[in-house]
Amino acid sequence: MQYYILRNKNPITLISGILIAAAFISKLAIGRETVFHWSLIAASIIGAAPIAIQAYQAMRVKVVSIDVLVTIAVIGAFFIRNYEESAIVTFLFLFGAYLEQRTLNKTRSAIKELTEMAPESALKQMENGEFEEVEVDDVDVGDILLVKTGAKVPVDGTVLSGEGSVNEASITGESIPVSKEKGSKVFAGTILDNGTLQIVADRVGEDTTFGKIIELVEEAQDSKSEVERFIDRFSKNYTPAVLVLSFVVWIFTRDVELAITILVLGCPGALVIGVPVSNVAGIGNGARHGVLLKGSEVISDFSRVDTMVFDKTGTLTVGNPSVAEKEFYGDSIEEALGYLASIERESDHPLAKAVLEEIGDTTFYPVENTEVVKGEGIVANVNGHRVVVGNVALMEKEKVRLDEKAKADMDRLEKNGNSLVLTAVDGELKILMGVRDRIRPGVKEDLQKLKRLGVKNLIMLSGDNQGTVDVVSRELGLSEAHGNMLPEDKADYIKKLLEAGRIVAFVGDGVNDSPSLALANIGIAMGGGTDVAIDTSDVVLMNSDFSRLPHALGLAKATAGNMRQNIVIALGVVIVLLTGLVFGDWVNMSIGMLVHEGSILAVILNGMRLLHYRFR
Amino acid sequence: MILKSATIQLEALACPSCMQKIESALKALGGVEQDTVKILFNASKVKLDFDEEKVSIEEIEDSIKKLGYEVIKSKVK
Repeated sequence: MQYYILRNKNPITLISGILIAAAFISKLAIGRETVFHWSLIAASIIGAAPIAIQAYQAMRVKVVSIDVLVTIAVIGAFFIRNYEESAIVTFLFLFGAYLEQRTLNKTRSAIKELTEMAPESALKQMENGEFEEVEVDDVDVGDILLVKTGAKVPVDGTVLSGEGSVNEASITGESIPVSKEKGSKVFAGTILDNGTLQIVADRVGEDTTFGKIIELVEEAQDSKSEVERFIDRFSKNYTPAVLVLSFVVWIFTRDVELAITILVLGCPGALVIGVPVSNVAGIGNGARHGVLLKGSEVISDFSRVDTMVFDKTGTLTVGNPSVAEKEFYGDSIEEALGYLASIERESDHPLAKAVLEEIGDTTFYPVENTEVVKGEGIVANVNGHRVVVGNVALMEKEKVRLDEKAKADMDRLEKNGNSLVLTAVDGELKILMGVRDRIRPGVKEDLQKLKRLGVKNLIMLSGDNQGTVDVVSRELGLSEAHGNMLPEDKADYIKKLLEAGRIVAFVGDGVNDSPSLALANIGIAMGGGTDVAIDTSDVVLMNSDFSRLPHALGLAKATAGNMRQNIVIALGVVIVLLTGLVFGDWVNMSIGMLVHEGSILAVILNGMRLLHYRFR
Repeated sequence: MILKSATIQLEALACPSCMQKIESALKALGGVEQDTVKILFNASKVKLDFDEEKVSIEEIEDSIKKLGYEVIKSKVK
């Protein structure tokens, strides 16, 4: 019976509404007072039933919920034969709850879209070698799966055979398809746009990147800030207090009407729902745009950030260095390039990779007697020549002559922020290459946007030498830039900023900067969907996309502002109603309920605006 | 004692006091590990660990349904 009534709340609301309408029509049109009264009595009883059941359930677990207040108020109105009030209040309460549910679902829609991207089935290779469709829960690590065009990748896995392009928007927020071939990693929840892949399952279910993102977002929505916990405690004690107040008023004034009006006015509806609604809508917007915000505490801290500290390599710069400038000296350059490539081919130094990429196709020679000079370079015999590859220190040690022009070139390249790679053949300088890490496209504009959003200090910390750091800093217009820093130096630096009272966000790749990420008020990881980044930081920019940063900060600010607006709306309504009750005579139960439900809808609709937030 | 963890998807929850009701009801159920009960309001999900020898997932679902909330799907691991 209880269950039946609660399941049919919507028809009950409708019936109660029709009865009230009928009552007023009969009174105004045909002047039948009896029909008027009986219709309203019926509407009150039908409407009060589900509310009373909810109130009873709440009382059983020792919670004084809003249902309890409303139920007592309605019973009170009934006893003083104010059927008009009792009917209208129950109807408004039920109808308001219905609208709340509808609009709340809207604010949650962004996250729902995300969770609905979760794969449900997979084509699994059975013992007989055939592929059969199974539920995704039945896939284990090591299973071989077939993914066809248009299907969702069911697990995190590695491609065994086949090729195709995959839309990874669900993981990265980026909808440009990524091509996959044998050996590529694929992620659960992404969609195969074209081609066919056979993959082996590496991680399944909640262990996949997608599963982790969903879990994180779902928990983030419910994580509460200090303010919210305060509101929770407040409303837990607030509703019983309203109950006591109305009882006291009744004892002293013997005015039932006044006592039950206080009950209705005291409902804390908009206050309880206002902040969570902003939170959900804000986090939902972020999830849709490749920004994971871990809860409302994070949003409130992030919105107040005045100092942003960036790691250089991989954050402000692309992270893989390339040859930016080069100079040749003397003749037989072709051969020299071949010797250089042959030596670099055997090295795993990051600069070697850049040099090889630059040279491209060339003739390779056998390399003998290779000697690696730590921190300086390599000396080896190639094709009968003594070849030296390395920095200036090594050249000087090897007595390579550097003329005026070469020295001027080196000065210029270094000033431009390059690391130098020199190549000498038989003691004669042949090639000078300047290798540097490129600045990510668009970073400069993004930093300007951050400044406009009120971030006063933009600081870069790097392990590179101060010269390189200064060049990048000048180009980007940063407030400060410090080089030669180890991870622990960076952490110390952040500690100092915090001690100086700054509110600091640290932006890094999440791998070697974990101490700084953890120390800063807000740790922002540029995670290409890596677990470490997702776990250790407060904000994750999916797909390592720096351009999401202004959106993330703008969104945090908009969300924090939205929460404040909702608190003002909720408190303002209570104050207006109470002053109306004390100093005026326009406030009665029905109006009180109407205004309350109106304010609840107002805060929900206000929260929904965040779903459409875009950084301009 | 056979400890299992369950994730139960409910219909959309609308009022914060629903959470308190469901939480108290589940904690009162024998075999449910009290400290593990977690209600995700916005995701409308319940997560908890329970002892399969003392209580079944069906009994847990029933106690939620009795409060008037529809259970859409539950996953036990």
